[in-house]
Amino acid sequence: MIPSSGQRPGKPTSARWGNEGLACVKKLGLIVNPIAGMGGRCGLKGTDGAEILERARSLGGVPEAPDRAATALRQLAHLRSDIEVVTVSGDMGETEAIAGGFEPVVLLSTNSSTTTSLDTRRAAKEMTAAGVDLLLFVGGDGTARDVYASVNDDQICLGVPAGCKIHSGVYGVNPRNAGELAALFLSGKVGRTKTAEVMDIDEEAFRQGRVSAELYGYLRVPEDEARVQGGKAGRVQSDESALDAIAYSLGDRMEPNTLYVLGTGSTLLGIEQRLGIEGTLLGVDVTRGRQVIATDVNERQILELLKSDSTVQAKIVVTVIGGQGYVFGRGNQQISPEVIQRVGRENVMVVATKSKIAGLGGRPLLVDTGSEETNALLSGYMRVTVGYDEQIVIRVAS
Amino acid sequence: MGIVKVRKNYHQARWDEPIIFEMSTPGVRGIIPPEPDKEIVDTVGDVAGKLPAGVRRASLPALPEVDQKRVLSHFLHLSQETLGSNLTADLSQGTCTMKYNPRVNEDLVMDPRFAYVHPWQDDETLQGILHMYYTFEQILKEVSGMDRFTLQPGGGAHAVFCAASIIRAYHRDRGELDQRDEVITTMFSHPCDAASPHTAGFKIVTLMPKEDGYPDLDALKAVVGPHTAAIHITNPEDTGIYNPLIDKFVEVVHDAGGLCFNDQANGNVLLDIARTRDAGFDLCHFNVHKTFGSPHGGSGPGTGAMGCRSEFAKYLPYPTVEKDEKTGRYFLDYDRPESVGKIKGFLGSAGVVFRAYAWCLMMGPDGLRETAEMSALNNNYFLKLLEKVPDLYYPYAEGHRRLEEARCSWSRLTEKTGIGTDDIMRRVGDFGLQHYWTSHHPWVVPEPMTLEPCETFSVEDLEEYAQVLEIIAKEAYDDPETVKNAPHKCASHRRAAEEALDDPEQWATTWKAYKRKMGK
Amino acid sequence: MAEDTVYPYIPNSVRAVRERMLETIGISSVEEIYKEIPDHLRFKRPLNTPGPIPSEYALRRHCEELLEDGADCKRYIGFLGGGVWHHHVPSVVTTIMERDEFLTSYVGEAYADHGKWQAQFEYASCMAELLEMDMVNTPTYDWGMAAATSIRMASRITGRSTALYASSISPDRLSCIKNYSWSAVPTVIAVASDPKTGMVDLADLESKLDETVAVFYFETPAFLGPIETHCDKIVKLVHDAGALVAVGVDPISLGVLEAPGVYGADIACGDIQPLGIPMQCGGGQGGFVATQDEPKFTSEFPSLLYGITPTVVEGEYGYGEVFFERTSYASREKAKDFLGTMAQLHGIGAGVYLSLMGPQGMAEIGEGIMQRAAYCAGKLNGLPGVKAPRFSGPFFKEFVVDFNGTGKTVAEINKALLAKKIFGGKDLSTMFPDLGQSALYAVTEVHTKGDLDALIGALQKIL
Repeated sequence: MIPSSGQRPGKPTSARWGNEGLACVKKLGLIVNPIAGMGGRCGLKGTDGAEILERARSLGGVPEAPDRAATALRQLAHLRSDIEVVTVSGDMGETEAIAGGFEPVVLLSTNSSTTTSLDTRRAAKEMTAAGVDLLLFVGGDGTARDVYASVNDDQICLGVPAGCKIHSGVYGVNPRNAGELAALFLSGKVGRTKTAEVMDIDEEAFRQGRVSAELYGYLRVPEDEARVQGGKAGRVQSDESALDAIAYSLGDRMEPNTLYVLGTGSTLLGIEQRLGIEGTLLGVDVTRGRQVIATDVNERQILELLKSDSTVQAKIVVTVIGGQGYVFGRGNQQISPEVIQRVGRENVMVVATKSKIAGLGGRPLLVDTGSEETNALLSGYMRVTVGYDEQIVIRVAS
Repeated sequence: MGIVKVRKNYHQARWDEPIIFEMSTPGVRGIIPPEPDKEIVDTVGDVAGKLPAGVRRASLPALPEVDQKRVLSHFLHLSQETLGSNLTADLSQGTCTMKYNPRVNEDLVMDPRFAYVHPWQDDETLQGILHMYYTFEQILKEVSGMDRFTLQPGGGAHAVFCAASIIRAYHRDRGELDQRDEVITTMFSHPCDAASPHTAGFKIVTLMPKEDGYPDLDALKAVVGPHTAAIHITNPEDTGIYNPLIDKFVEVVHDAGGLCFNDQANGNVLLDIARTRDAGFDLCHFNVHKTFGSPHGGSGPGTGAMGCRSEFAKYLPYPTVEKDEKTGRYFLDYDRPESVGKIKGFLGSAGVVFRAYAWCLMMGPDGLRETAEMSALNNNYFLKLLEKVPDLYYPYAEGHRRLEEARCSWSRLTEKTGIGTDDIMRRVGDFGLQHYWTSHHPWVVPEPMTLEPCETFSVEDLEEYAQVLEIIAKEAYDDPETVKNAPHKCASHRRAAEEALDDPEQWATTWKAYKRKMGK
Repeated sequence: MAEDTVYPYIPNSVRAVRERMLETIGISSVEEIYKEIPDHLRFKRPLNTPGPIPSEYALRRHCEELLEDGADCKRYIGFLGGGVWHHHVPSVVTTIMERDEFLTSYVGEAYADHGKWQAQFEYASCMAELLEMDMVNTPTYDWGMAAATSIRMASRITGRSTALYASSISPDRLSCIKNYSWSAVPTVIAVASDPKTGMVDLADLESKLDETVAVFYFETPAFLGPIETHCDKIVKLVHDAGALVAVGVDPISLGVLEAPGVYGADIACGDIQPLGIPMQCGGGQGGFVATQDEPKFTSEFPSLLYGITPTVVEGEYGYGEVFFERTSYASREKAKDFLGTMAQLHGIGAGVYLSLMGPQGMAEIGEGIMQRAAYCAGKLNGLPGVKAPRFSGPFFKEFVVDFNGTGKTVAEINKALLAKKIFGGKDLSTMFPDLGQSALYAVTEVHTKGDLDALIGALQKIL
């Protein structure tokens, strides 16, 4: 009953206690987009397309990505003997991995001196097929898009930011933190993952001064919320828990005969999963109560459903997409000005996690429906459901 | 000015101390309880032994068996591995007001003529203590402008909860409780301004600030209405920014039929400067263990003094402390039929009230004023010193001053070096300073740091702290590994696996659970 | 003038220092900072508060004179209890609780405050042994709050919103429970006590258990003194109805009374004040809540929990906050609980106390308390018109003394006792009118035979 005196018990048996090496060898996929970020310093935005790349080089643009990759890989150096790096030949990963002291396995060889997004896609495909535990990619939104297009749904990825186009939520805060998070994840100290949005900007529009980021899809990334213990405020709520609370809040109040037009975005995705609503990943879906009645609809279809029964109540549920704070106009254009006007502003529900809203730092939510009148209608203040019986009020602007 | 000592050679005691259970030897005694007199034993026999089986304890609790000296030395070691604010320039714990906790007050509460008082003794024998309660209540009334105070709640969040209970009773009595189910607060108010009313049964609506960091009056106007029960707001907010439209906020909520509660956790800087009543508030509170000099105790015991206008006095927890004006005698009034009941047992944390009374008496009215002014001066002086720290800034309210504290941001440093506020917070401990308070979650200000240079810190303390931050900011560039892997000189090192604390199979809040899960 | 006074607690109050600071900041007076406050919100006159008493000597003398006028349980013989009791406070306990390191710490991280976290962990660990439950929180305000928290937890776990409570529990705790639990557990129903034994009326309990009941809360020893001898039956009845058992216990009784974890209680709560914390006029409280460390319970714990965890140095113990998220029904609970400053210092003190006492000490103190209390009750019972204890069945340290047969009110009796420097037991005539002129007497290890005989002798003269 009483433990023997003096002796400290031996090392805990669970492999995750203590600092010994990993229980088994982990596979790390590494893809570097060597030209990412070259445009930035020259005032060009992005380097998609050979023409732009040529201009960047002629302006003296120097690749940044290899340097960022090195910073990230340094955080993994202590795990050298426990991880197997699989990568692409040359500048797309092999060079950086060797420089970082690793002995990488080259899964894919490219023989051109200028690598293209096709190479990224092929590499990602090979790596996910090879079952890498983590796919670490160094680049910008374009790279994230390529990776997304090629990996399996359950592939865990993480981006090392190296580009001036970073709108996706799949990146570490900076190259060093990304490397650290990768190390924590591979050594099992971080096990939680979350769904992050892959966004990309229409570059031509961007160069003309218009920001138009689209939602392309989702990647599963390690979640790094456990960094700071809160002292008197307690720990951070994870995304998963926040989504649970929001889902309950929504679900408990859903009326069985009301039509719900559900937008896109990882928050809504998570909520739909919890409510047992099988909607489309990137499309707008319509339900009656929790029953799906139409998937991946366009504007016309939504309007038809709304008009089919003029007595029926309808609500629109949307979330914040991307880091800029857009609620309308970035991946849910099907919810058009006419749809919004018909449903009515008072029936527009916004849901989001507290961290997402707080992360805006006081900046407003944004709407870009394409109609100034509708934008004006939506502007002002909106309540965002962030938990059970908890809302945040935030300004909406266009 | 005395020398400014950045403690480069500092090292906290690190005793590598075992868990007390590991020090156990069967049969060893730490203290012997008094035996009953022989006659008692002879008269009644083995009373416990006559308890039926199943009621009598079958096997003794597996408590540690350690001799008295080793128990003492063990806990003395642990105390040396703790950095109380009386030991250090504790600007670190922003919003906590870590002022000096005078030793004379400790001697007073340890006096057996206080320590051995039972609260149910006849009022006649409690006059001295009741005088302290009554007088301190009058002081709080004078400072705030409110009509009554209760000293029963055990802390700030508790006082906020008490206020929410009163708000609930108020609306219930007017038949509007079902309709008025929302409490409004702001993002930079204390988190308990949301959590406590939430616990009391209200829905919570939090207003995001404007881009300039001030609370948004238009946002408030957009959400008040017949659903509004109350607003719970801290002013100055945790950013140290005073809301100049605070009375307009109150007006808007009153017009909608709601009540207004002022969280004064940051009230140290307002003593004799501004009164909550004058801004129109109905209820308010103070953290007595912050503003009024009572020690924090590692997180209690404390007192949250909750004040209100006279129309709410009937709802106050019982008993209240009253004075018979004719005889000058104090008495406890238990006959309060409309009271929300008891919030905490007996009279609350009497020791905290005693210390606060003593502190207020020593300082006097001018001392309270000086306390407020010096906390404002210390903060602004300190912020001036921080201008020397590259990459450190405090956002919002451009061109305006902070009162008693500021929420700074390291985000520029983080972008350049990858070193974040949590790294710096840990590294600060290597210089004999307490790990600082970042911000409550979720973070609106990125990579936050909230420091409060209240009035008991000297210029040397402020300079020391600023220099330490300067040093660490430089280390972020020159020697990031040292910062990343801090602390190095504290009693223990960084945790190895944060998520292990979230895993039911690995966490353990007791030695018993730890042994079981580790397979011992 | 205010600006010329120098305060020992405010080093920068020296005029020269102040002025240099103003210069550095670049302002001519502190008013330039305060202009952030609109003029119409400024308070424009000096405060009218007492003091100053600048000298420590005078302050101390003033306070001591206030105390000297009163009375306490050292100068008098006291028999008051009911939630805070006079037990012995070991010197080692006060030595540790007085240390500035612990006393003035707050919410620092578990590196520079490693010692405080370990002390809390050890306190929780000692409680776990007493209770035979291995998940224990950091101290909450007091027993009332702990009981209310337990009830809300039970409601979250079962998804039900009615609570049953034994009618013999402390009325003050009931008040706290009602207020705190209201939003989650709006219906709170009393279960009768047996008028003879004072224990829970099992038949009444059974009749009130239905599918809406989340929890049955009772106390043992009960507020009025009786030890509940049917805990196993209570647990069975309640569990059969799909509800949980929350029991309030006196930790200093757990060297002689069976642990709640053994007889199957789901949640245990109580106050740690008897464990070496001086009464301080009711300020010495600290509440605890404990369950078994199983996901069903642990996922519903609202309070702050300190856990042991490895650090980056092999073999080193570290601490951190155990955090689990409510991904169950609880996420939709109408109201969460709140965290805040509670009673941690008392937790440290209680941990020291239990480390000193060890298993033998706890057994001996419990046995001795029961003997003194039984002796006292026996002697009181011998007085004309007095029945003690009022309830049959075993009791621990408190018992009801029935004075109805004496023709005197408890108020009269206590006034007379006071004149003899004795605090009589708490007058129950308003709290529990059914008991008429009865009082709650508490006898602990601090009472010698001489003290008890003095009480008897005094009453003999009074009655």
